[in-house]
Amino acid sequence: MKSQIIELYVNGDLRTVTVRSADTLLYAIRGKLGLTGAKPGCLNGDCGACTVNVDDWPMKSCLMLAVEAIGKNITTIEGLKKTPIQQAFVDNFAFQCGYCTPGFIMNCHSLIHQHPDADDKTIKEWLGSNICRCTGYAEIEKAVKTVLENQ
Amino acid sequence: MDVIGRSILRKESQDKVTGRARYTHDHHSNTMLSGKVVISPYGHAKIVKIDTIEARNMPGVKAILAGEEFPLTGEDIRDRPPLAVDKVRYHGEAIALVIADTPGQAKKAADRIKVQYELLPVVHSPTQAFQKDAPMVHERLGEYIKEKHTTPVPGTNIATHIKIRKGNMEKGWTESVTTVEADFSFPPSDHVAMETRCSIAEILPDGTIKIMTSSQAPFMVKQLIAKYFNEDIGKIIVETPFVGGAFGGKASVQLEILAYLGSKAVGGLPVKILNSREEDILMSPCHIGLDAKIKFGADHLGIIKVAEIRYLWDSGAYSDKAIDLTRAGAVDCTGPYNIENLWCDSYCMYTNHPYPAPFRGFSHSELSFAIERTMDLLAQKLQIDPLELRYRNAIMKGHTTPTRVLLNQSNVGDLQKCIVRLKELISWDEGQVKEMNNRLVRVKGISCSWKTSTIDPNAPSGVILTFNRDGSINLMSGVIEIGTGTKTVLAQILAERLKMNVDNIHVKMEVDTQTTPEHWKTVASRGIYMAGRALLEAAEDVINQLREIASIVLRAPKEDLEIADSRVFLRDNPLMGLHFQDICYGYQYPNGNSIGGQIIGTGNFIMRHLTHLDPETGAGKPGPEWTVAAYGVEIEFDRRDFTYQLVKAATVVDIGTVLNKKAALGQVMGAMSMGLAFAGRETFYFDQLGRVLNPQLRTYRPLHYGENPEYLVDFVHTPDLEAPYGARGVGEHGLLGMPGALGNALSVAAGVSLHHLPLIPELIWKTKEAKS
Amino acid sequence: MLPFDFEYYKPASLKEAIDLYQTAAKNRKKPMFISGGTELITLGRINLVHTEAVIDLKDIAECMVMQFEGDYLVIGSTLSLTKIEETNHFPLLTKTASEVADHTSRGKITLGGNICAQIFYRETVLPFLLADSQVVIVGPSGIKVSPINNLFHEQLQLGTGEFLIQVATAKRFVTAPFVSIKRRQQWDTGYPLITVAALKIGEEVRVALSGLCPFPFRSKKVETLLNNREWPIEDRVNSALSELPGPILNDVEGSAEYRLFVLRNLLHDVLEVLGAS
Ligand SMILES: Cc1cc2nc3c(=O)[nH]c(=O)nc-3n(C[C@H](O)[C@H](O)[C@H](O)COP(=O)(O)OP(=O)(O)OC[C@H]3O[C@@H](n4cnc5c(N)ncnc54)[C@H](O)[C@@H]3O)c2cc1C
Ligand code: FES
Ligand code: FES
Repeated sequence: MKSQIIELYVNGDLRTVTVRSADTLLYAIRGKLGLTGAKPGCLNGDCGACTVNVDDWPMKSCLMLAVEAIGKNITTIEGLKKTPIQQAFVDNFAFQCGYCTPGFIMNCHSLIHQHPDADDKTIKEWLGSNICRCTGYAEIEKAVKTVLENQ
Repeated sequence: MDVIGRSILRKESQDKVTGRARYTHDHHSNTMLSGKVVISPYGHAKIVKIDTIEARNMPGVKAILAGEEFPLTGEDIRDRPPLAVDKVRYHGEAIALVIADTPGQAKKAADRIKVQYELLPVVHSPTQAFQKDAPMVHERLGEYIKEKHTTPVPGTNIATHIKIRKGNMEKGWTESVTTVEADFSFPPSDHVAMETRCSIAEILPDGTIKIMTSSQAPFMVKQLIAKYFNEDIGKIIVETPFVGGAFGGKASVQLEILAYLGSKAVGGLPVKILNSREEDILMSPCHIGLDAKIKFGADHLGIIKVAEIRYLWDSGAYSDKAIDLTRAGAVDCTGPYNIENLWCDSYCMYTNHPYPAPFRGFSHSELSFAIERTMDLLAQKLQIDPLELRYRNAIMKGHTTPTRVLLNQSNVGDLQKCIVRLKELISWDEGQVKEMNNRLVRVKGISCSWKTSTIDPNAPSGVILTFNRDGSINLMSGVIEIGTGTKTVLAQILAERLKMNVDNIHVKMEVDTQTTPEHWKTVASRGIYMAGRALLEAAEDVINQLREIASIVLRAPKEDLEIADSRVFLRDNPLMGLHFQDICYGYQYPNGNSIGGQIIGTGNFIMRHLTHLDPETGAGKPGPEWTVAAYGVEIEFDRRDFTYQLVKAATVVDIGTVLNKKAALGQVMGAMSMGLAFAGRETFYFDQLGRVLNPQLRTYRPLHYGENPEYLVDFVHTPDLEAPYGARGVGEHGLLGMPGALGNALSVAAGVSLHHLPLIPELIWKTKEAKS
Repeated sequence: MLPFDFEYYKPASLKEAIDLYQTAAKNRKKPMFISGGTELITLGRINLVHTEAVIDLKDIAECMVMQFEGDYLVIGSTLSLTKIEETNHFPLLTKTASEVADHTSRGKITLGGNICAQIFYRETVLPFLLADSQVVIVGPSGIKVSPINNLFHEQLQLGTGEFLIQVATAKRFVTAPFVSIKRRQQWDTGYPLITVAALKIGEEVRVALSGLCPFPFRSKKVETLLNNREWPIEDRVNSALSELPGPILNDVEGSAEYRLFVLRNLLHDVLEVLGAS
């Protein structure tokens, strides 16, 4: 039982993977499914680089065991197709090195979905979960607000 | 064409918003083994015994390296064993390396390596290291191999000593009516690039060493591995894909060495070592700390007549890049002020701290904190407006730098203009202090900076241009895309020069030292300057070749041909011409005859007239030009709690020319954010055993969204005549003045002089308590 | 990367969970209940937690309730903090919970996990200490309901094989005036330097603290002194400060002396905001 075959519902597809119970969701999607968009930054829940969506809510995939994700709807950055938030990140120069970007975008994506009328306070509360070391956050703020306003 | 200045979207944009951009760790194969480093839990301790027996028998373990003497490494002084042997000198030092099939197995085995230590007295600060009876970090300092211009003092903790002697000190003191003197200090901290460092090494049967690494300096990796281990340099190939932030921290060569040794131990199989965040903070090089002593003398107008400066840089356990950092701190030691009589001692001090890599700004944000706080103390003493004091002392053409470089209209920016613009931007005339209520007060603090890039006098950069059949161009440069957007800007420069659509220029993002022309290192805001110059030369080469073949086909002299829109055409009859696609792979006449051939453009650049420093006086030319900037920070301070919020932060930098507006703004704002985090929160906390107590992002906290201020950024344009389109480096400058400006604002707000970083409320409270 | 392997169970009933625990314990598997599981991962990866059998409580219906039952608000132990905040039945809890960790992490961190956490801040316990809540616990000997103030001493005192199902809070406490302030070392990120939560019940102010000592607490002694209306606030605060439990934390978040400085001002603020001056 320490290793097991499980099914994960990722980006609309049912995928079969062999995992140890001790494997995190991050490890499984990167290592077993080759979805390397979610990044390790701390493996400790502190940086948000590994953020994916689970049942439409942001989730730090380093804080979740793969076995905990059975039966849940997982969306990774690879599952987003030409969403407004992706383009807004491009247009507003909301990234530099790009390492935090998948995590930030997944968090923003869920925010826009859950709180289409998010105010500054809500935006801050949500986006405070991720660290971007390159930008000063002004561009990320602009990107997310542009999308919220255009809805 | 006007591509210059426009906010052209980054070439790699789509890759980065879709998760497709690949970083070192994203490259994985089933045959790849994993390396796990065992690190020292203490700051200074003798290694009594390393027991690897149990670990060797763990499942999946392929090799364990420990206790073996490998050649010493280090850039200026070879003082660092890749794996500690006799003793450990810092918390986090690599002591053993386990290679196993999977990361999990490697970690499990690493946890079972038992090391017995005997504690040694710890050197806690550069000041302590400087004392006569301090414990020795390197007992055999005199025996190490070193570079010619490095001056360690055996029998002490001094790894190098840089002297600046200029003018006549006695004269300076006599001309002064006021003096200020103050000490400043702060411990080391970290870069926290979001991508932790990662290296993969493999040795092929023919001896080819392949390394993939998250580095700013793949060409240095190649050189140093060849040098340290006596390998054939032509057989070393270093690849660098996207790099997830670097900030100087990835200019040091460390993990690559371990991966290389690891691969060697398993018969050349590929070995990957990925730092955990804790290892990245503890084991890999950090951001330097500093103890500074500053003394200024000034006349009654506030003109600084003399300065005596002592910098003790915290080199930590090993000197590596700290020697360069010590030199860089010396050459710009005064900040951007004209001081004719100057005495500066810049010492690189061994301590039992993690050792430093370069950090964005290369010693300048650090020394600026000390200098800019002293400037405010001087202003206060003389009752002169602090901005006015800086204006009066601003360095400019006609002055000489501490190392006696004569400044002219090109090699230095216009600081006075920056100050004037800053004054408007932060509404300085409305007053420095604004009462909000009986507790809250809004206060502005200001600062200035300058910086030259002390790079190797013979540092090279090269560019190759090739064509595609449709006439579009491939641009290859050894600059690493660490997030600065440099490669996109290079495409803009080429588009401007060739007057063509930037979309038809393809840049190669990855660097591979075998096929990409060398660019020294992607550091020091020198990417555009050096690679840009090489690129312009390559562009000339291409233009020349295009014209040559076109002149034959068009039967017109080369001089009559113009180039624009991917065409070569007659100046007086643009309709008569050829598209690049018709000539870039040779021209074929209707009957099949062909002339010309594939056009390949090459260009290179090397710095001119840089010199080493005179060992007694420091005289010499350390860098090509000085970028200057002025800064302001506005805080809202609670006078009861000593807490504060960052309200606004401003930077005005003389950028020469803006090449890509949004990219430049992004660089400046990002640097400001990093500077404020360094100034306001980030530091290593050590205990009595020299252990870093906060090696996680839970307790070592960079700025998060919403903690940032509103940014005000503007530019002054004094072109650097030697640089592509006059542009000066801008990657670091937003950071340099933040600690000083924040420190100045808080010192006014709290009514006490603050001398340490980080500027947390507790520090203010403590300083207040000590005063009362 | 967890450097150990374990069996993973997700029982659907209380009984199953209890049985699984006992069997695993018998087999020397050092079983561990998890609910959010974040400590298993973050402490496990640095060898501060070890187990060979993980029993995940998230599928147990009783642990997922959040509703008013009679005079009580009942909150299940496996609800995520985000869920509790979004529902917002208990504003003091919402406010206190919303300062724990960060928004995304709170989507994983649960109430039960935070109250029973090894990481000693356990900030979400503060509202329940103030509201004299009841804890519903199950173990090998069945279900028991006890006042949290009888069972929570520095941490929730659970017997082997027991776990927290729910916390029940009387309605009148849920709607009482409150203050909750989290003060950090710097700005808005990080563990508490000090978190103070306070409720006003009638004329009485109740105060509970996290981050001051290596455990959260509510002290009757401190409250009595703070509520002594004979004295000026200054004296009440001073006397309360001299009756604090020990040790006062002295760590990277702040020195003990500084914490006392911060606490003094916080207590002033609490008394002021709750109109107890
Ligand atoms: C990024 C980050 C920031 C953080 N910042 C803070 C902070 O500011 N303040 C703060 O208070 N905490 C903070 N923490 C710590 C965190 O709150 C705790 O580690 C977390 O609450 C554990 O919750 P969990 O649901 O994941 O617990 P789990 O990991 O599931 O369990 C934690 C412990 O409780 C036990 N347990 C779980 N459920 C039960 C139950 N029903 N009955 C009995 N025992 C049980 C487990 O056996 C385990 O020992 C932070 C954590 C992270 C990841
Ligand atoms: S890697 Fe998951 S939060 Fe940092
Ligand atoms: S873009 Fe580099 S960390 Fe955000």
